[in-house]
Amino acid sequence: MTTVHIPFLQTGSLAVGGRLLSEDERSVQSHTDRPSSLTKGHRACQGCAEALAARWVMDTAVEASGGRLIVANATGCLEVFSTLYPESAWKPPWIHSVFANAAAVATGIASSLHAQGKDDIRVLAQGGDGGTVDIGLAAVSGMFERNDDVLYVCYDNQGYMNTGVQRSSATPAAARTATTPAVGRAPGQAWGQGKSMVKIAMAHEIPYVASATPADLRDLEAKVRTAMSIHGARYLHVLVPCPVGWGSESRLSIALARAAVQSGIFPVVEARAGELTDVQRIRERVDVTEYLEPQARFAHLFKPGGEDALARWRAVAEANIRRYHLLGGES
Amino acid sequence: MREVLEGSQAVARTVARCRPGVVCAYPISPQTHIVEALSAMARTGELEGCEYVNVESEFSAMSVSIGASAAGSRAYTATASQGLLYMAEAVFNAAGMGLPIVMTVANRAIGAPINIWNDHSDAMALRDAGWLQLYAADNQEAADLHVIAFAAAEELGIPAMVCMDGFVLTHATDVLELATAAEIDAFLPPYAPAQVLDIDHPTTIGTMAGPESFTETKYLQHLRFLDAAGVIEAWSERFREAFGREAGGLAVRYAPDTLDRDREAPPADAGDVVVVAMGSVLGTLQAALPALRREGVPVRLVGLSSFRPFPATALREALGGARDVVVIDRALELGSGGVLTGDVGRALAGTRSRVRSVVAGLGGRPILEASLQDVVRRAHAGELEPLEFLDLKEGGVPVPHHGATEVHR
Repeated sequence: MTTVHIPFLQTGSLAVGGRLLSEDERSVQSHTDRPSSLTKGHRACQGCAEALAARWVMDTAVEASGGRLIVANATGCLEVFSTLYPESAWKPPWIHSVFANAAAVATGIASSLHAQGKDDIRVLAQGGDGGTVDIGLAAVSGMFERNDDVLYVCYDNQGYMNTGVQRSSATPAAARTATTPAVGRAPGQAWGQGKSMVKIAMAHEIPYVASATPADLRDLEAKVRTAMSIHGARYLHVLVPCPVGWGSESRLSIALARAAVQSGIFPVVEARAGELTDVQRIRERVDVTEYLEPQARFAHLFKPGGEDALARWRAVAEANIRRYHLLGGES
Repeated sequence: MREVLEGSQAVARTVARCRPGVVCAYPISPQTHIVEALSAMARTGELEGCEYVNVESEFSAMSVSIGASAAGSRAYTATASQGLLYMAEAVFNAAGMGLPIVMTVANRAIGAPINIWNDHSDAMALRDAGWLQLYAADNQEAADLHVIAFAAAEELGIPAMVCMDGFVLTHATDVLELATAAEIDAFLPPYAPAQVLDIDHPTTIGTMAGPESFTETKYLQHLRFLDAAGVIEAWSERFREAFGREAGGLAVRYAPDTLDRDREAPPADAGDVVVVAMGSVLGTLQAALPALRREGVPVRLVGLSSFRPFPATALREALGGARDVVVIDRALELGSGGVLTGDVGRALAGTRSRVRSVVAGLGGRPILEASLQDVVRRAHAGELEPLEFLDLKEGGVPVPHHGATEVHR
């Protein structure tokens, strides 16, 4: 019998069958007894990368905690599509209170568990960019500052998609939203400094901060696993393309997440105690247009007059590549 | 053991003896002494098995309490005024989810203009939040009400505010007898949440309810609230039996002549002027009214310990059909009158009682005995207006009349 050696382009990729790997190298999702903590049948849109990312995050966290996990969820798409009474798509104990307080509710759960001597039960909080970067920022910052034993995961789809695609402070410059229409002299979201939640989290010098995308689920899973191996406040920022909000085809969600990384627009990083410790290098660099053009929210960039905005986006990508050494070199 | 204690210290010690699992607060005057004392007790170990969490806002204080309560801990917080409003969204949410959190509200005015002193406009602004609201007449009751509040809240699955007048009670020193830890252990059942985030029995708490189920959800909450009066009364009665002193209850009766709190006091007569009030002003009224009785003014006093649920039946029984009811109101419904007056009026709808509203002590304005006596005398003489502001300073301020268009810059 001859042995065939298959080159894994992406270790653990389901495309080549994670089940060909040894048990301990497999992704959680490639196990037949995977937890499926977010069960099918929920009401997420077709191509929703948040649903995919949340399932991977949750399954990994459930597995890493030995099934001993409690979840606090902010208001938003994820909460609405998963828990329309009387149904729930969540297998772990799960609570939703209000929009801005997931981090604080999680602190309350962690404090209660500690007071009850149940420190082996872990706590995960999650929300979208609105619930994290905007309205929930104070509670998230408070949880970081106290170094509460909570893993906070932000699924960043760059806008208020649940309410009909309005602008958030995570909306990228020039992007069209319902409240930043692509009309006038400066169409779309205004150019500003933006708000990097990863950098804000790092500034709190919490034990672990990371960013990820569903284009590399194995990396996402590894980061959740790393986060779960640490106690104290941890933050994971996941870019999740939104076909409805971004005006992109459902089938392109993963491709867009990949293009965001490979163009330099979304740096995938890891940091510990405020220090950058790892950066995912760009494997095959693409131009920012590969990320921007398939999205209707950037359509005006590809019409006459959009050249400046395109140039500025290239500059953003260049700055990221330089700052994070995304093409290699010293970091 | 009787001891000389500040109201805030008395509340903090009593809360500690109720063995909360999580205490979380954000400082605001005049609540600060309560949470300072609890944080110290958590550090010294006097508050055993309890996590004290310092947070960055009242919104997070209530949110942490929600998480802690849902995870199976007896949860406590305290706030006042702007802080209560800042946490308002989470306050409603705690009630909607049936989490029996207990919160002290050190009652204080709401700005603008900013004012740190006492009235009831903070708690009144959240009267429909779905919480029990129990008002303390004095510091002994403020401390004791917390024991009753935990018991009633947890039996009902309804959170409870214990309202005590800011500064007037929180910062006042009195001779008090606190329930001991052993007494409270014997009295207060252990926290047994109706729903809990349990890894062995996972549940989803806080789902979205659409138009097809929201009304029914609220109706169930309403039915539970209808049970609240009976439950508060029962726990207050058990408290009296266990501790030998009165606290809580619904409508509080006072003896006609001595003006002492007296559960056996007869209802008022039709010809009586009955003063209805809540909070520490009841003490002022106890001091002010005997002189009027001696003058021959047939005045009676009825207090409200429970504002939510509003004890309409108990109040009607205590009023006994009295023609003249004067409500001393510590909060103003702009353009209408006293907030409490609205509830009293609704409870007396269809009766022959005339309800008058005296808005008093806004933003810490002292409520003087002589002023209260004057109000009652004029009510008895039929001279009291439907709405009056106690000790309003008139004459010095130019008041723009109706239709005035002059703009002052």
